[in-house]
Amino acid sequence: MDKTNQNRFMKYLRTDRLPNIFCPGCGNGIVMNAFFNGMERAEIDFDNLALVSGIGCSSRVPGYIKCDSLHTTHGRPIAFATGLKLANPELDVVVFTGDGDAAAIGGNHLIHGARRNIDLTVICINNSIYGMTGGQISPTSPTGSYGSTAPFGAVEKPFDLSELTKAAGATYVSRWTTAHPVQLANAIKAGLQNKGFSFIEAVSQCPTYFGRKNKMKTAVSMMQWMKAESITKRRAEKMDVTDLKDKLIVGEFQNKNEAEFTEQICKLIGDKCTTGKPSSIKSAFKED
Amino acid sequence: MVLKVMSANQAIAEAVKLANPNVIPVYPITPQTTISEYLAKFVADGDISAEYIRVESEHSAISAALGASGTGVRVFTATSSQGLALMHEIIFAAAGLRAPIVMADANRALSAPLSIWNDQQDSISERDSGWMQVYAENGQEALDSILIAYRVSEDHSVLLPSMVCIDGFILTHTVDPVDVPGKGDVDKFLPPYKPDHAYLDPKRPMSIGTFTDPNYYMEARHDMELALVGAKDVIAKANAEFAEIFGRTYDFIEKYRSDDADTIIVAMGSICSTIKDVVDEHRDNGEKVGLVRVRVFRPFPTKEIYEAIKGASNIGVLDKNISFSVGGVLHNEINAKMDVKANGFIVGLGGRDIKPTHISEIIEKTKNTTKTTQWIGLNKEEL
Repeated sequence: MDKTNQNRFMKYLRTDRLPNIFCPGCGNGIVMNAFFNGMERAEIDFDNLALVSGIGCSSRVPGYIKCDSLHTTHGRPIAFATGLKLANPELDVVVFTGDGDAAAIGGNHLIHGARRNIDLTVICINNSIYGMTGGQISPTSPTGSYGSTAPFGAVEKPFDLSELTKAAGATYVSRWTTAHPVQLANAIKAGLQNKGFSFIEAVSQCPTYFGRKNKMKTAVSMMQWMKAESITKRRAEKMDVTDLKDKLIVGEFQNKNEAEFTEQICKLIGDKCTTGKPSSIKSAFKED
Repeated sequence: MVLKVMSANQAIAEAVKLANPNVIPVYPITPQTTISEYLAKFVADGDISAEYIRVESEHSAISAALGASGTGVRVFTATSSQGLALMHEIIFAAAGLRAPIVMADANRALSAPLSIWNDQQDSISERDSGWMQVYAENGQEALDSILIAYRVSEDHSVLLPSMVCIDGFILTHTVDPVDVPGKGDVDKFLPPYKPDHAYLDPKRPMSIGTFTDPNYYMEARHDMELALVGAKDVIAKANAEFAEIFGRTYDFIEKYRSDDADTIIVAMGSICSTIKDVVDEHRDNGEKVGLVRVRVFRPFPTKEIYEAIKGASNIGVLDKNISFSVGGVLHNEINAKMDVKANGFIVGLGGRDIKPTHISEIIEKTKNTTKTTQWIGLNKEEL
């Protein structure tokens, strides 16, 4: 393959794992691209990065990235990442998760991670469906949308994950879609730079399971839908609530400074805290 | 009789439709998911009047099932592997609260390493919970076992939950001909569930699941033991009545050419179909080989298994599970409960193929009795 035409982020991938398992038209690639973009611009050291994921299509992302990664059980990546970050607060810890993983089975970890304001960057690829198991209704499936467990449409109300994490205490929250790759990369950059719990909701297309069941058979039609339904937060604030029904509000939901969890722990233990000291990484194994 | 071609997952969904539960809380997990999808369709189409709950995890699925069962209605749920492991806390609670829940488990390996493929570690790991467990060999048996499970679980002398286990992918995603019984016959065999014991009713308030001090806990567990052991008679009666109505006979175990056999293989689930073919080949060569398939694993059919295998000089027990440093669970239970010296073999973990040649290898290896558990089909030399 002609290296000059290669995607410039190819160097971050485990190329021996390619081709990936994602369906044609899946949004995961766009989110990965935005992640590398944001990571480079946030000047994150790739060797200092640890990726954590749960179960689902989005959680397969770290498997293709050539850095330390932890593929955990369904719903638990934020819990695993909390342990990882506390053991070694100097690592840049990023969680790749999805709507089923983060908002259903792992919903509790999401709100408690946000509440603690632990320095994690959670990238939630929200495709509004359980993709890996074949298209069941998830907690972010819009009311009335179709899935294999809702042949006549979902009757429940979906979660607004950005509002949820903001309310739970996250200090950086942004929502964009795969149709806004530049803004998404900017948000990921800001999230990585934020010292605290950052939540980036990447609304994404699943043409295979969400699209086909909801009259948007192709990735293009799904992205057109996301683009058409998106309203920036700034514009939405001036609009009437009734006009915002079923709209996708995108933008920055939260960006503030607050005490970060691992720093507070460090303060509490005083001299024993090794963060920033040469001995820090392996200190957990030493007795004093 | 009309035979329809379907997967064991669909067969289970058809059985659930016939049993007509009131509440179905489910969470998707491979390879169980299509059971929940068929049931979603049945509910949406109005084929059954159940409340279908799209819960947020397996822990919630079994919790909702237990809550519903606590009101005295029939419930169903299904899961697999990690989902069953996540249910673990409520699995024990459901048995302890004597809720006659019926659940299907699509047998799949437990993480880590992460695997979606078949073995029986997930359900075997729940063996001490107080649930009854049945391992089906094919789609027909999966369907029939669900109906029998409701009948036994809901019997007032039993009131313990049942797990019907089917091998992931091997049964869940392959099709075979299945006779779906008529509603009239099923209603005769399985009348609507009428609770007469502990259930929530505003007219007769009571608390379920209360704190128990040391004066009572042990008696409650002892009652469970009595109920599970006593369930054997109820199962036998249900099997006999099932045979009378539907013409298909089930027992605790299935004996296949084992009556005069010198060598007997003991196994559970779909692998028994392969073993039957291998037994036939060996019989054609004049070797007296047979199979004893364990269908009902809990309550453990000690007497039935022992009567079936005691005459053989070579016994090999296959386990698609491993209790580390001890060996296969079925093998150890057989050796512990019976006066036999069976050899133990670990096979098919995480979807490793079990080929007819492996079965022949096992038959050969049973000739030398050893206490060492042998792993069959490893890609590396045995340690």
